[in-house]
Amino acid sequence: MTERTIGNEELLRRFQERIDAEQRIEPKDWMPEAYRKNLIRQISQHAHSEVIGMQPEGNWITRAPTLRRKAVLLAKVQDEGGHGLYLYSAAETLGITREELVEALHEGRAKYASIFNYPTLSWADIGAIGWLVDGAAIVNQISLQRTSYGPYARGMVRICKEESFHQRQGYEIMLALANGSPGQKAMAQDALDRWWWPSLMMFGPHDAESAHSAQSMQWKIKRQSNDELRQKFVDQTVPQAEFAGLRIPDDKLVWNAGRGHYDFGEIDWDEFNRVIAGNGLCNRQRLAHHVRAHEEGAWVREAMHAYEEKKRQRQSRDAA
Amino acid sequence: MSASQHMPLFEVFIRSKRGLDHRHVGSLHAEDHQQALEYARDCYTRRSEGVSIWVVRSSDIVASQEEDAAAFYDPMDDKPYRHATHYQLPDEVNNM
Repeated sequence: MTERTIGNEELLRRFQERIDAEQRIEPKDWMPEAYRKNLIRQISQHAHSEVIGMQPEGNWITRAPTLRRKAVLLAKVQDEGGHGLYLYSAAETLGITREELVEALHEGRAKYASIFNYPTLSWADIGAIGWLVDGAAIVNQISLQRTSYGPYARGMVRICKEESFHQRQGYEIMLALANGSPGQKAMAQDALDRWWWPSLMMFGPHDAESAHSAQSMQWKIKRQSNDELRQKFVDQTVPQAEFAGLRIPDDKLVWNAGRGHYDFGEIDWDEFNRVIAGNGLCNRQRLAHHVRAHEEGAWVREAMHAYEEKKRQRQSRDAA
Repeated sequence: MSASQHMPLFEVFIRSKRGLDHRHVGSLHAEDHQQALEYARDCYTRRSEGVSIWVVRSSDIVASQEEDAAAFYDPMDDKPYRHATHYQLPDEVNNM
C-alpha cells in the first residue's frame, strides 16, 4: 500500500506508533506538517544560538590572560561554529534551505537563546559561560540525544561528545580565579551573580506556561520538561559552586532532603520576557553584527561562484 | 564487450536500524541508480540487514588521499586542549 492510498489519519497513527515504540523518524518518512514545522523552529533556533553564541566569547579572544587560555577559547568558539553547521544541516533535511533559515534570523522571525543577549564584561564571564551556560546547554543536549528525529539526535550525540571540554575549561577558569587574589575571587563571584539567573532562564518557561511543550513531549521532540531539566542543572551545579567557594545569588536556595533536590527561588519572568521580546542588553548589537558579517562575506561567496563558473567553462572548452 | 561498455560502479550504504547513520557496506555494478538499489537489496540485505539503502555512483565520491594525511591532520596533533581529559579537575567535581 502506498502513502497515497491511505488516509492522513492512518499515517498519523503509524507515525505516533513508531514514536511510542522509541523508533526514530528519518528524513524521508511521512511526518505531520506540524512536526516538521516544530522541528525546523527548534533546530534552527538551536543552530542560531550556537552561531550567535560565538559573539560574547569572541569578545575576549584578543584579551585572554595567557596564550593557553587564548588557544582554548579560540578552539571553543571554533567548535560552536561547527555545532551551528551540524544543526543547520539537520534542519535542511526537513526541506528548508540555509538561506531561508538565515533570512528568518535576520528578519527577527527566528529566535536564538536569550542568554547571548547579555554582555561579557570581564574575563571571569568567559569562565561563567563555559561552566554555567555550556553546563545548562549540555543538560538539555544530553536529553535531546534521544529526540525522535534521527538527524537531530545524531547531531546531538556528536555535539555532546565535543562539548565536554567546554564546561571543564570554564570551570577551570572559575576555580583559578576563586583561588586567586581577593580581587580575582570577587571577579568570579560577580560573574556568577550576573550569569546564574539567565542560565536558569535557558530552560524556558515553567512547564504549565510553555507554548510548545505538550505537543513536543507527545512527539518526543522534547524528552524531559523545562522544569525537570532546570532542576537537574541546579542539583549538579550547586556542589560545584560550593567547592569553588562561590555563593549562588539565591536566598531561597536550600537542600530539600524530602524531595532529594535543591529548592530554589523564582526566576524574574519580566526580565525573561523583556529579553525574548528583543529588549535585552545586547539584542540589537548581536543581530546587527550577524547581519554585517553575512553581508561583508558576500564577496567571498560571489568569488567562489565565479571561480566555479570559470572552471566549468574551461572544462567544456577543453572537451569541445 | 569492450571496457567502455562496463556498467558503472556504485557504492552501497545501509542503515541497519532507524536512528543510526548509513554505513558503507560495499559496491556493485549496475546500469543506473534504480537497478543499483535493487541489486543492493539482493546482494547486501538478504538477511534483513537494513531498513534503508543509499546508492551513490563511485565516480561521484571525492576522497582525500592517505598521502595528504600530514597536511590534513598534523595541525590537530598539537591541540590537546580540544579534549575534555586535558582539564585536570579535583575529584570532588571531576564528574563534569
